[in-house]
Amino acid sequence: MARSRLIHAVPYDDLFGSLSLFSWLLAATYLCLEAIHRRRVVGPFVLPIVLAVFLLAHLPEARVVKAPPAQGPLFAFHVTLNILAYSAFAISFVLSIIFLIQNQRLRDHKLGVVGWRFPALDVLDRMTRSSVLIGCISLAAGMTAGMIWAHRLEGRYWDGDPKVIVTVVILLAYIGYTFLSRTSSWRGARASALCIFNFMFVIFSYSIVNRYLSHFHRYF
Amino acid sequence: MEIVLIGLNHKTASVDLRERVAFTPEQAREAAEQLRSRGLLEESLVLSTCNRSELYGVPSESATNSAGAVELFVASFHQISLNDLDHSLYRHRDSHAVRHLFRVSAGLDSMLLGEAEILGQVRDAYQIALDRGETGPVLNRMFQSALEVGKRVRNETELGTRPVSVAFASVKLAERIFGKLNSHRALIVGAGATSEQVVKHLCDRGIKQLRVINRTPEHAVNLAARFNGEVVPWENLPAALEWPDLIVTSVSSTEPVLTRAMINKAMSARGNRALLMVDLGVPRNVAPEVADIYNTYLYNIDDLTEIVEQNKKARVAEIPRAEAIIDEQVDKFLHWQAGVAAGAVLGDLRSKLAAEREAFMKDRFAAMPNLSEADRAQVAAMMQEFTERMLITPAEKMRGIPELRRKLQNFEAIRDLFHLDREKP
Repeated sequence: MARSRLIHAVPYDDLFGSLSLFSWLLAATYLCLEAIHRRRVVGPFVLPIVLAVFLLAHLPEARVVKAPPAQGPLFAFHVTLNILAYSAFAISFVLSIIFLIQNQRLRDHKLGVVGWRFPALDVLDRMTRSSVLIGCISLAAGMTAGMIWAHRLEGRYWDGDPKVIVTVVILLAYIGYTFLSRTSSWRGARASALCIFNFMFVIFSYSIVNRYLSHFHRYF
Repeated sequence: MEIVLIGLNHKTASVDLRERVAFTPEQAREAAEQLRSRGLLEESLVLSTCNRSELYGVPSESATNSAGAVELFVASFHQISLNDLDHSLYRHRDSHAVRHLFRVSAGLDSMLLGEAEILGQVRDAYQIALDRGETGPVLNRMFQSALEVGKRVRNETELGTRPVSVAFASVKLAERIFGKLNSHRALIVGAGATSEQVVKHLCDRGIKQLRVINRTPEHAVNLAARFNGEVVPWENLPAALEWPDLIVTSVSSTEPVLTRAMINKAMSARGNRALLMVDLGVPRNVAPEVADIYNTYLYNIDDLTEIVEQNKKARVAEIPRAEAIIDEQVDKFLHWQAGVAAGAVLGDLRSKLAAEREAFMKDRFAAMPNLSEADRAQVAAMMQEFTERMLITPAEKMRGIPELRRKLQNFEAIRDLFHLDREKP
C-alpha cells in the first residue's frame, strides 16, 4: 500500500510491489470464491499463503523505482489482470492439493481429525474449476491489454519475449484442464493432479523466466 | 433463591423404573400445577425423555425441606413407594443443579456421548413450561443458559461432530464426497435392518432419488414405499449400477454380489463420476478388488466399525473442552444469580431502614412539639437522604465484587446482621 501511494500507481515496478499486489488479489479471489460457493473451510489453508507472500513483499522499504515507459491505465490493467490470474491459479493449486489429500484419505479409510472438517470432494472440485475459469479469463484479458499496450508503444503485438510465450503455454494448459476435468477419464484425482502440474508453469514463469529469460518482463 | 433438582437417568435407574417415572406432557403440566398449589415450588420444569426424568424447581420462600417434599410428591404422583425410588434418585442443589443441567444439554450425560437430540428435548421441555407460565426468572435464565451451553459445545468442540453409528457414518462419508446430497442418487441393495437405518439417515440429509433392489421383492416394495423410493427387479442389478452415486449393500450371500467387472462397466457407463459403495454385508457383498477402480470409494462393515470406534474415542477426548465451557457458563449463571440476590438484599435493607427511620422520627418528633410542619418535613428529607447515601457504597460493592460475595456467603451474613428475614423479625 505504501509502495502504491509512493508511486501513485498500481505497484508493478519491482518484484516486491508485484508480490504485494499478488497477495491482495489472492485474498480478493479467495473471498470471491467463498462468496460463490458458500464454503469457508478452505480459508485456513489459503490465509497463511496470503500472509507469507504479503510479508515477503513488505520486507524491503518501499522505494521509487524507474518506471517502465508509457504508463497508462492500459498497462495497469495488463499487470493487475495477469496477477489476478496468477492468484486464481494459486488458489486452484491449493484446492487441488487439498482434494488429493482428502481423496487419498477417503480411499484409505483414514479420515482422522481434519478429514471430517475438510470440505466435500465435490465442493473442492467445483471451487477449483471456478478458480481456474477466473484465472483463464483474466489472463486472456490481461494478455490482450498487454499486447495492445505493446502495439501502441512499439508498433507490434508480438515480440517473441519468452515470458509471453510461457504465458501462452500457461493459458493453454489451464484451458486444457478446464476441458479435461469434465471428461470421463480425467474426472476427479487426475484432474487435480493436472491442475497442480499446471501451476508449476506459473512458478517457472514467475521465477526463472522473470529473472533470467525475459527482456522486459523483469518483475511480473 | 434456591434451585432444587431431583431426577433419575439411564445410569441410576432401570428401564422399568424409568418408564414408571416418565412424565407425559399432560402429566408434567398436572405435576407442575399441584406442586405450585401445594406451595412447594414457585417455579418448576419437568424434563422427561426415554433416558431421564428430571424435575427442576425453585422452592417457595416458606417451604422447608423442599427437596424431600418434592421427592415424596413424585413418588405419590407415580404411585411408587419412596423406597423403590430412593436409590435411583439423584438430588442436586443450586450450582450443582445448574451444572447438571448444563452437562445434560451438552450431551455429556447422555447414553451416547455428545448426541444432539437431547438439546432439542431440553428446548422443547423449556418451551412448554414457559408457555404454560410454570417457569420464572430463575429457571428461565437457567434454561436459556443451558441451551447456549449446548450450542457452544457443539460449535466449539468435536464432541458431537463425528458420527458414532455405522449407519450415520455411511451417510456422513457420502457427504464428504458429494457435499449436499439433495441432487444425488442412492441404490439400496438388500432390504435389511441396517440398510433401513442408512436410508432413514439419507432421507434426513436430503436425498431425494432412491431405488431399492432385493431378492425378495416384497421387502423392497415395503422399504421403498416407506421412503418414497422406486423398486428395481433383482435381474436388472448390473444395469441398475449405472444410476446411483451411492450404493448400500446388505445381502446375505456367500459370494460377492457386486464384482469388479460389474463396477468397471458401471463406471465407464457413468463417465467415471465418483461412486461410494457401503458394504454392510457379512460375508462381504462387494468384491474387495473393486476398491482399486478409479474414482470409487469402498467401505465395508469393518472399516465403518473402526471409524465409529475412532470417533467414539475422539468424543471422549473432547470432554475436558466441553467441561471448560460448562465451568465458564456455570460461573456466569452464578454471577447473575448473585447479582439478583444482591438486588433483593439491598431492597430489603432499604425498606427495613425506611421503616426504622419512620418509627424513630415519629418517636422523636413527639418530644419536640415546637417544630413547625416545614421543619419536620425538612428533617425527614435529610434523614432519608442520609440513609440512601449510607447504602451507596455497599450496594456498589455487593453488585460488583464476586470476592466480597463469597466472603459474605451469599449475603446470608447481612441478612442475619440486620434481621432481614421476614419470618423472624
